[in-house]
Amino acid sequence: MANYSTSEFKAGMKIMLDSDPCAIIENEFVKPGKGQAFNRVKIRNLKNGRVIERTFKSGESVEAADVVDIDMQYLYHDGEFFHFMQLESFDQFQADENAVGDAKLWLKDQAMCIVTLWNNAPISITPPNFVELEVSDTDPGLKGDTSGGGGKPATLETGAVVRVPLFIQIGELLKIDTRTGEYVSRAKA
Amino acid sequence: MSLSWQPSCSLELIQLRAKLLHEIRAYFYVNKVLEVETPLLCQSVGTDPYLEYFTSRYSISRQDYYLQSSPEFAMKRLLAASTGSIYQITKAFRNGESGRYHNPEFTMLEWYRVGFDLQQLMGDVEDLLSPLLTAECFSGKAECIAYVDVFKKYTGLNALQFDAAEYQACAERLGFPEAARLCALNHALWLDFLFSHVVQQHLGQSRLCMVFDYPVCLPSLARLKSDDARVVERVELFIQGIEIGNGFFELADVNEQIRRFDQDIMDRKNNGAVKIDKDERFLAALQSGLPDCSGIAIGIDRLLMIISQKSAIDEVLAFTIENA
Repeated sequence: MANYSTSEFKAGMKIMLDSDPCAIIENEFVKPGKGQAFNRVKIRNLKNGRVIERTFKSGESVEAADVVDIDMQYLYHDGEFFHFMQLESFDQFQADENAVGDAKLWLKDQAMCIVTLWNNAPISITPPNFVELEVSDTDPGLKGDTSGGGGKPATLETGAVVRVPLFIQIGELLKIDTRTGEYVSRAKA
Repeated sequence: MSLSWQPSCSLELIQLRAKLLHEIRAYFYVNKVLEVETPLLCQSVGTDPYLEYFTSRYSISRQDYYLQSSPEFAMKRLLAASTGSIYQITKAFRNGESGRYHNPEFTMLEWYRVGFDLQQLMGDVEDLLSPLLTAECFSGKAECIAYVDVFKKYTGLNALQFDAAEYQACAERLGFPEAARLCALNHALWLDFLFSHVVQQHLGQSRLCMVFDYPVCLPSLARLKSDDARVVERVELFIQGIEIGNGFFELADVNEQIRRFDQDIMDRKNNGAVKIDKDERFLAALQSGLPDCSGIAIGIDRLLMIISQKSAIDEVLAFTIENA
């Protein structure tokens, strides 16, 4: 794999750090008066999502990470792995629990996701920003209460639990923001 | 798609720059410091271990000239020719330096006061800068603090005595485990790392801060302090955590200057930097005699950032390197 020099660093670039693939978020050039220049870099570990800062000597080279983001369709969960398919090539990939992480709360069959591949294996899944999911269980009653306050928990078809307004009923289709895990509105059927 | 031709800064900043340059010139006029010009293209350049240069070919002599990284050597040649105190506002060039606080071509104010020691120069700096720092966030007199004291305050370490284990433990405690690999057993590098990552951000939050008496392993072109051989007569200026200037009680001893050049040249070789020869014209001027003087360079673009409270150098430059 290629190397990147610190002078090429920019947001979005994928590099290897401590044997993990990482994405550069921010790169700041730091130069003490008359001294060695450094690059202070904010980096997201693509395996665990954690953000750290790290300093390099300017001019140092860092190994590039073979990381690509590809749109894929979610197919099914076989109990152990989650299966995805690239629609153009019909290439299929399986991702483990670790890679899917919290995204599994929003995965419905046939949903389009971004699958991040490192050395051709999925390391993380990004669901669409908004998904539409059916309510499989919630406390009935309280019908007609349209006040904004309060709310109640509702279990969705994927197993995710979100807070919804009191008027929401079992079987309704809801629009959810996957970035915050919050209810947005009823989905227009 | 058409190329962007517009300036990156606002018209207001272009006007503010003109006003700042006018105020600086007025200050030096009143104080009888002579404005000078020296060449941007020179046959020699500084030997700083960590600078990269631009060169350009002169077609008549078929020789490479350097775009100056600082007017220092040429101005010292003028001082040696008895000009008295001088200042210059000029462009300086440093290859590869680009970022929030850096553009490879930048504007520098550099001046020398004949007969001034470092303390007097620091007073001069305050007299020049205080009236310029009018934003509400600034108040009071400049803070002057010795390098050793400010380093101790934020790291707990003794800057004059290198103890690899202590320095490493400190870096780890402060969240910089990578420092040990980067700095190894190089004391000067450790100081630069810790100062720029831990200390600098605290300096000059509401006023000008001048850090003086640098450890002898960061000498640049400063004189050794006469009563303490562990430090040199160097000062750096900070405002709101941004380094804006670097000054010295100027080294005048030609043999010591040659020794520092040789050290730099060796450091450059070890760093894999391009080979630079000593500036023999500058050395000849030192040989003939540089009057006792103190001098300092201030980055005008960064000063403008601070005066206008902008967060990036792009916001005060008409055209950055990408758009030049």
